[in-house]
Order: sequence, then C-alpha cells, then structure tokens
Amino acid sequence: MAEMRYVDALNRAHHEEMERDERVVVLGEDVGRKGGVFGVTAGLYEKFGEERVIDSPLAESSIVGVAIGMAANGLLPIAEIQFADFIHPAFDQIVSEAARMRYRSNNAFGCPLVIRTPYGGSHGTALYHSQSVEAFYAHVPGLKVVAPYTPYDAKGMLKAAVRDPDPVLFLEHKRMYRLVRGEVPEGDYIVPLGPAAVRREGRDLSVFAYGWMLHESLAAAELLAQEGIDVEVVDLRCLRPLDKETILRSVAKTSRALIVYEDNRFGGFGAEVAALIAEEAFGSLDAPVMRLAGPDVPGIPYSKPLEEWFYPTRDRIAAAMRRLAAY
Amino acid sequence: MPVEVTLPQLGESTFEGTIGRWLKKPGDRVERFEPLVEIITDKVNVEMPAPVGGVLTQILVPEGQTVPVGTPIALVETAAPAEAVAAGAPAAAAAPAAPPVSQEGPRLSPVVRRLAEEHGIPLEEVARLRGSGAGGRVTKDDLLRYLQARQAAPSAAAPPAAAPAPAPAVAPVPPSPAVVLRPGDQLLRLSPLRRSVAQRMAQSKREIPHAYGVIEVDVTSLVRWREAYKDQWRAREGVNITYTAFFVRAAVEALKAFPIINSTWSDEGIILRRDINIGIGIALDEGLVVAVIKQADQKNLVGIARELEDLGRRAREGKLTLDDVQGGTFTITNPGVFGSIWSMPIIVPGQAAILATDAIVKRPVVRNDAIAIRDIMHLGLAFDHRIFDGAVADRFLHRIREKLEGFAGGDATLTDF
Repeated sequence: MAEMRYVDALNRAHHEEMERDERVVVLGEDVGRKGGVFGVTAGLYEKFGEERVIDSPLAESSIVGVAIGMAANGLLPIAEIQFADFIHPAFDQIVSEAARMRYRSNNAFGCPLVIRTPYGGSHGTALYHSQSVEAFYAHVPGLKVVAPYTPYDAKGMLKAAVRDPDPVLFLEHKRMYRLVRGEVPEGDYIVPLGPAAVRREGRDLSVFAYGWMLHESLAAAELLAQEGIDVEVVDLRCLRPLDKETILRSVAKTSRALIVYEDNRFGGFGAEVAALIAEEAFGSLDAPVMRLAGPDVPGIPYSKPLEEWFYPTRDRIAAAMRRLAAY
Repeated sequence: MPVEVTLPQLGESTFEGTIGRWLKKPGDRVERFEPLVEIITDKVNVEMPAPVGGVLTQILVPEGQTVPVGTPIALVETAAPAEAVAAGAPAAAAAPAAPPVSQEGPRLSPVVRRLAEEHGIPLEEVARLRGSGAGGRVTKDDLLRYLQARQAAPSAAAPPAAAPAPAPAVAPVPPSPAVVLRPGDQLLRLSPLRRSVAQRMAQSKREIPHAYGVIEVDVTSLVRWREAYKDQWRAREGVNITYTAFFVRAAVEALKAFPIINSTWSDEGIILRRDINIGIGIALDEGLVVAVIKQADQKNLVGIARELEDLGRRAREGKLTLDDVQGGTFTITNPGVFGSIWSMPIIVPGQAAILATDAIVKRPVVRNDAIAIRDIMHLGLAFDHRIFDGAVADRFLHRIREKLEGFAGGDATLTDF
C-alpha cells in the first residue's frame, strides 16, 4: 500500500471512477488542460478527452446547473468549484434544484451529482479564498455534505460520492492537499458516507472536528498526552448525515465535549453538534459543551498577524482542551 | 473542622427536647446518619442520626437535661474523606489555572447528579466533597473515586434525619404571673409532655371558639355482638376488637358526608383536608398523646382495629415515631374508659372538631311505649364555631348515631360494618 498525499488520493479516485464508468464526467474551471488549480484533476483531460473533462466558463451557477442537467440525463458529473468562496452564485442551483430533485419529483428523479470544492484558509488566502461554507449546506435536507481528512477517506469517500444516487458536496480543506499524507490502497474501495471515525481514543474529554481542524486537534491531543490528559478525537468526516451514535457514545465515555471548526463561531456547524450533545447526552455531561471556532469577523484577514489571530491553531485547541479538562 | 450538632426541630410543635442517652462517647467515630443520641420530646422518643460523619469530640448537654430546639448539644470533628479523594486526583495537579468559579455555591454537573442518584447518595453529601474541578467542583472522576472508597468501607445505611418541620404558627405563651410557694407546697417541674399538652390546650381554648353538641346513642346490638364474638374474633383476626374501632369507622363515614368537619381554619379560608387522618387520644402515665390513623377512610374495621392496637402498644412502649403523631385531621378521645358519661373535649389546634366517646351504661329507656334496659352512651362533639354551625354538628352526630344504631350484627367473620 502506497503512502500518498491527499491530493494524489483524490486524483486516483477520479482516474479510477472515470475508468470504471464512462458516465462519469468532470467539469469546472481549469479542470481540463491545467488539471485543476490544485492538481486534483491532473491527467484526466489527456486520458479521457475533452468530451468527459470539460473546462467551463467562470460561472459557478452555470457549472452546477449544467451538472444537474447532466445528472438528470444519465451522466455522473463531478463538478469542481475552484474555491468554496465562489460557490455562492450556485447556491440556488444546489439548494433549490439539486437538493430537492428527489423530493420534488416524488422519488422519480435523483440527482447523482458530486460538487467538489476546496475550502478553508491557508497562507495568505485572505477574504476570497478562505471561506468555510459547510454550515450553509449542512442545513439543507437532500444534500450530503462530507469533509474527509485522511487520504484513504478522500479516495474512498469520493468514490462513494460518485456512486451515490443523490447530490454530495465534497469539501477539501486546501491546506491538506499537500500536507496530509497517508496510506492509500491500490484499486477500488469505498468508504461509506455517514459514519464518523474515532481517530484517537481517550478517556478525559472528546474533541469533534473535521478537515484541517481535525489535523490540528490530533496534534493538540498529542501535546496534552504529555501532560497526562487523555483526549479522544473524533473525525466528523460526514457532516450530513451526521453520525449521532459515535458522538453520543464518545460523550457518554468522557463526559466532556469540545467541538472545533474554522468557520465563524456563530451559527457554525459545531453549534449543531453542541445542540445534539446537550439534548441527547445531558445526563452524561460533567462540563458545559465547548466550542472553539473562528472569530465572528466577515473574513480571514490578509495581514499576517491578523490572519494568525483568526485561526484555531493547535496551541489554541490545546488551551481549550486544558480549560475543559480542568472544569 | 469541628461541627456543632444542635437539637433539631422534631415535629410541628416541639420546642425543646431532653437528652435521653448518648449512644457515642467522646472520642468515638460516628458515621453520618449513624444514631448519635436518644432525644425525648413531648411526643416521641427518637434516635437522632449524626448530621455529619467524624469523631465525637465533646458532649455539650448531659443525659437528662432539657434544652430548647437549636441548642448545640455536641461537637463533631468532621472526617475529611473528600481530601483523600482530592489527593488521588492527578488531573487536578496537571491542570493549569482554571477559570474562576462563580460564588453561587457548589455546582453539580448532570452526570454527577445522575451517578449520585444511581448510587443512592444524597446530593448534599456529594456537594460536601472537595472536588478536583475548577473552584473545587466535584467532577465525575471525583465521584467515581468516592464511590469506590465508599464501597471499600461500607457504613451502615441509616435513614436520613427527619426534615425539620416548618415553624408552627403558634403564639408564644404569655409568661405566667409569679407563683409563690408556701410552706409545704411542692413544685412539680413540667415534663416536656406536660408542657406541650398545656401549651396546646391553652392555645386551642384561647384561639378557637368552642361549641358543643351531645347525643345519646343506643349501642345495645353492638354490645351484644361484641360480648358474643370478641374472643372468636380475636382468634380469627389476631387483634382485639374494641368499641373504638367501631367509633372510628362511624366517624370516618360521617366525615365523608360532611367534609367541612375534616378541615382547618386559616385566615385565608377554610382548608378542606383531602385525607381523613383520625387522631386517637391515648392516655399514658405522663400524659395524653394523640396517635394518628392515616387515611382511615381507606381501612376497614379489621385494619382500624389492628392499627389501634399497634399505636396503643407503641405509645405505652415509648416507640411512637414522629410520623405517628402528626397529620391528624379529626380526633376521637375516649374518656368513657375512665367512666366519664358526659365530656366536653378541647379541639386539637389545626382541626375543626373532636369527638368524645363516653362510657356505655345500661339505662332504662322507653321503647315502643315500654321501658326497656338498653346499652346507652353519649357522643360529645366540640367544634370550631368559626368553621361551621350547630346544625351541621348535630347532623354529623346523628349520622354517627344512625351508623352505630344500625349495626346489623353478624358473626365472628365480620370484617367491616
């Protein structure tokens, strides 16, 4: 089994799915000749041709709208939105059309569409290339929203998304493409969309995170292990549907919960997890449910010190873990 | 830390108590809820459980001395199991500066409350532990360690102390004018029971405008049945069948018909009592106690007879509990056992009426224009005239008479009437 980068695992999934099923097509800005701005779609254009790997205009509503049309007519499109910040023009297509197709047609039509998009802040990505959009879409019944962390999951969950009969929003934190590495098997396998994964067992407190925040939370947990605090870290790789059982089982064990997300704190996805724990694990709690998230400012600043101020870094996560453990 | 143990309020109208016997000596260990001292009040003798666990360091009130409620009677040096718990908590040491905890008292988290309930540990006991959480909060781990320690050294489970009753709405007795002892006079110091009876009777006569009604009842058939079957009945049911049991049943039935009589006067209005709890006057050498048959309307003749016998026995043995003497809503007193034929009882404060059952005597009476010898008794009702009037009292008494005179007899298998 080869160790590979997150971006390579996604690339492998594309190649394999397009080889496996000729209905699979890819469309988006620069996905063809350039192979994607992050290289996720590298080599597809050369191998599968412009019929199946389509460079689109800079018009996100059109990308998703066209993909919905393809899905309705028997294709299995993977639409790439170059940055999650630019997905907003397609909000109407995603929420009002794709997500509702099955419900609106009384189960006559589905919308087997995958929308991939890089999200989150990296170095100097600033207001227009840093946004976290998961809360907007996780709110919508009819959509699946996933944010895999390991390269293994990236490949297995993208394959599952392609084969899913309904629309899936596939979120890739852009820091992870070249930083996160992991073992990825050759050949076909699926990671089902739904279950969460306990990445680190612990007994003192539970941390729930996804994407890059999971990466930072795991690093913070290692720091706390040296201090004698045993942190359980749960990968919420599928935000909708949400794996309640794994979350509640973890809280039942540790009685303390911290949710970490990079999005603005107010109304963020972590609020839903916090509410779930408060409602269904109340009798297990030994401390208030805690959230650590980005501050409530309209965007991640470009200025280096201000950008640093924004991020829930591993040090800040470790500090929050200590506060929770000491409560 | 030494903790003062004070004389608790034992019952609605207890103002003082006498130390009967110390069950622990200075220097003895005492567990929380372990019986510490016997206290004699005007109504009952109780074993007072220790309010805290620790070592009894000093007895402040010797046996036989009577002190008011609230008087410190002993000092207990509290054990510190919580410190031992805290010492075993590594997380606390590793934890950095915790956020300050508000001063609103100990907070118990949901899981701590749940675990405490599951293990039957009072929350107050948990709150007293010194926790390893922020501001000394008791964490789940603290409680789990405490449970382990507790299981390792089990202490005799004892019932918690009776909750202090709310302060009685009783006007203080005005001081008596100074009494002069003449040569040869003897001063009998008041026993707690005597003092309590005096206070309550004076309070009743002071506050309640008593009115009276008396009727004559022909209980010949009841007497004949009892004379014929009391031994068989006793053999069958295992208890004595007394006339009082019949009077209780008849009174209960009449109270159900006249709920206004099962009531309490208050400034806001008349409180109709749902439960019918019949107080029974029991004469003891030291004075009168009133033991209560709770929910008497839900018991048949056998049940009433059994409870009468039990209460009487325990009253004589000094084993009545607080619960036995509280909560009465109507009282039956039986001066007839001493031969009284016409009594005017005093209402128990907080009730609306009291029924006196006088002696059953054979009298010549006119029946069908002929003179007959019948078993006759008087029933005397004293009632609070603020609550209802004489007409109601008389109808109530007639109802009792109908019930008693309508006794159909039967054999020893009788279980109710």
